Amino acid sequence: MIVMREAFGNRLCVHYCGAQGSRMRNGRFFLHLMVALQLGAATMLAGCASQPLLPDAAPGLSFDPRAVARGAQLAAIGNCIDCHTAAGGRPYAGGRALKTPFGIIHGTNITPDSDTGIGRWSEAAFFRAMREGVDREGRHLYPAFPYDHYTKVTDDDIRAIYAYLMTREPMRAVPPPNKLPFPFNIRSLIAVWKRLYFKPGVFRPDPARNSEWNRGAYLVQGLGHCGACHTPRNALGAEKKTEYLEGGEAGGWHGPALTAASPAPVPWTAEQLHKYLRTGLDDLHAIAVGPMEPVVRNLATVPEQDVRAMAIYLAAIAGEPSPHRRKKAQDALAHARREEASYPFPDRTDHEAVGRGGDRAYQNGRAIYSGACAACHDQGRQPTSGAALHLALGTAMTIPTSANLVHLIMEGITPPDGDVGRFMPGFASELTNEQVRDLVAYIREYFGRAPAWYDIEDEVRKSRKELSERNGKAKG
Amino acid sequence: MVTLNVNGQTHQIDTHPDTPLLYVLMDHLALNGAKFGCGLGQCGACTVLADGQAIFSCITPVSVLQGRRIRTLEGLGTIDNPGPVQRAFIEEQAAQCGFCIPGMIMRAQALLERNPSPSQAEIRAHMSTNLCRCGTHMRILRAVEHAAGAMRSGAASKESKR
Repeated sequence: MIVMREAFGNRLCVHYCGAQGSRMRNGRFFLHLMVALQLGAATMLAGCASQPLLPDAAPGLSFDPRAVARGAQLAAIGNCIDCHTAAGGRPYAGGRALKTPFGIIHGTNITPDSDTGIGRWSEAAFFRAMREGVDREGRHLYPAFPYDHYTKVTDDDIRAIYAYLMTREPMRAVPPPNKLPFPFNIRSLIAVWKRLYFKPGVFRPDPARNSEWNRGAYLVQGLGHCGACHTPRNALGAEKKTEYLEGGEAGGWHGPALTAASPAPVPWTAEQLHKYLRTGLDDLHAIAVGPMEPVVRNLATVPEQDVRAMAIYLAAIAGEPSPHRRKKAQDALAHARREEASYPFPDRTDHEAVGRGGDRAYQNGRAIYSGACAACHDQGRQPTSGAALHLALGTAMTIPTSANLVHLIMEGITPPDGDVGRFMPGFASELTNEQVRDLVAYIREYFGRAPAWYDIEDEVRKSRKELSERNGKAKG
Repeated sequence: MVTLNVNGQTHQIDTHPDTPLLYVLMDHLALNGAKFGCGLGQCGACTVLADGQAIFSCITPVSVLQGRRIRTLEGLGTIDNPGPVQRAFIEEQAAQCGFCIPGMIMRAQALLERNPSPSQAEIRAHMSTNLCRCGTHMRILRAVEHAAGAMRSGAASKESKR
């Protein structure tokens, strides 16, 4: 999973910083950088910038099939395959480009190929990578590999994952070189980053909590690395420990807060989280899309009780919803049910903003919603394939950034190649950037009932650019 | 009143701006090539072109299409003089009930105008938004390849004639 997140322009900053935003962000960045560089000089003088090369694995290793099977499930929870497989590439053979604020890093080949993969890695070398973020040759690994989470994984589990990876098909593949501008291309500086932000150590259960909570905590904090996308990061890309799961980013998508600050119109219960993580679909929430799609696809293959434990833990993190949130949830549900019941002539009378008649952008957005979206979304989600979640219930409408909604409108939702699944058309061909902007602003106001977004035009431009890069000359 | 440019002609349409293009094509302009398959942007039977891009006319309100160049099946050619994609579909007999075919042709037209030499994989990926219930897919894919070849050699012969 894409990990090195937007550090400079943390979306939450847009609202607080306003016009001062970029200057304040740069100031914080440079402060961090100065501190880091000074520590870096000290560290390099102390000779901690790299670690020793570890000896090769003994030849002819064999593994207990039960450990391999267990390792497969753990690798699914860790979602290793996602970052370590290129689009259309061989599994675990690396090559996927991860866009980070610091440049482009390519996932490495972790098949057991001796020359280009981890074939020569002993178990000790694998342990060191997972626990300390150092590769077999002794070089520091970029924290795009989330060893700040994997350090929590137990010895037995790391051993099982090692058994699994070492029994994959070896593939000869060298990933493209990373594209990191100075000073991020200097690996030894990562030692400084680690000194500041990384403390290795296995997960320690909380004796005040039951075993299911602890299991969930272990999986979420460790292999699940949920915080990598759902926790905000500082200017040097480290997760802000004091804002655990308060909302983050992944590859251009916002990962909503999973705490009491959750923006979901309907608060998640443990049962709903369980169903969502296992199947990608819960009745009162949107389907898993974007970066969550592979997560959920993987969690469908792991033991049920593990997913349940993660759901229990996450529900505990969010806590009981406040009366205010419960009231907002009732309003959102009432809005959705009223329009669904009156489909195909939805009763919008008490919700239409008074005096918006003269607002061309609002009326334009409303007309576009009516003609392009209402046919599916006013119905509410039905067992048939055609109808879709009423937008009063969708979290994309209530998060601090328009990014997720823009992605959905521009790209739609397509099941992964060859799979059955729900489909939403993308509207990049049907709508111009200005039309998408008006539609998004309308949806935010009418369904999200939240203050206007200021990043809509930027997000639409970005999405359009990504789409044209992706489609190239085949776009029609 | 909504102004639309369809197949090179400008029309003033008296309709609500929310109205999806498909219904305007059928009810106001008697252009019945594009079909209602689902009304939800899921099947592609309604596919037409706007500024060369394939769109689902059942989920595109006419309000967004003012100033854009709309082309439908009828704009690609006539019965006596079919366009190259239509001709390829006829030659490959790529139809059973025919309901999906106008959408398929428009979708293929959009591809070939941008990419005259698509690979098999590119054709499949591009056409995947359009569904066919009769199972005519293999002939449709052959027709698209056939059209690509015809359009390339047509362009080549035009070049050599200069």
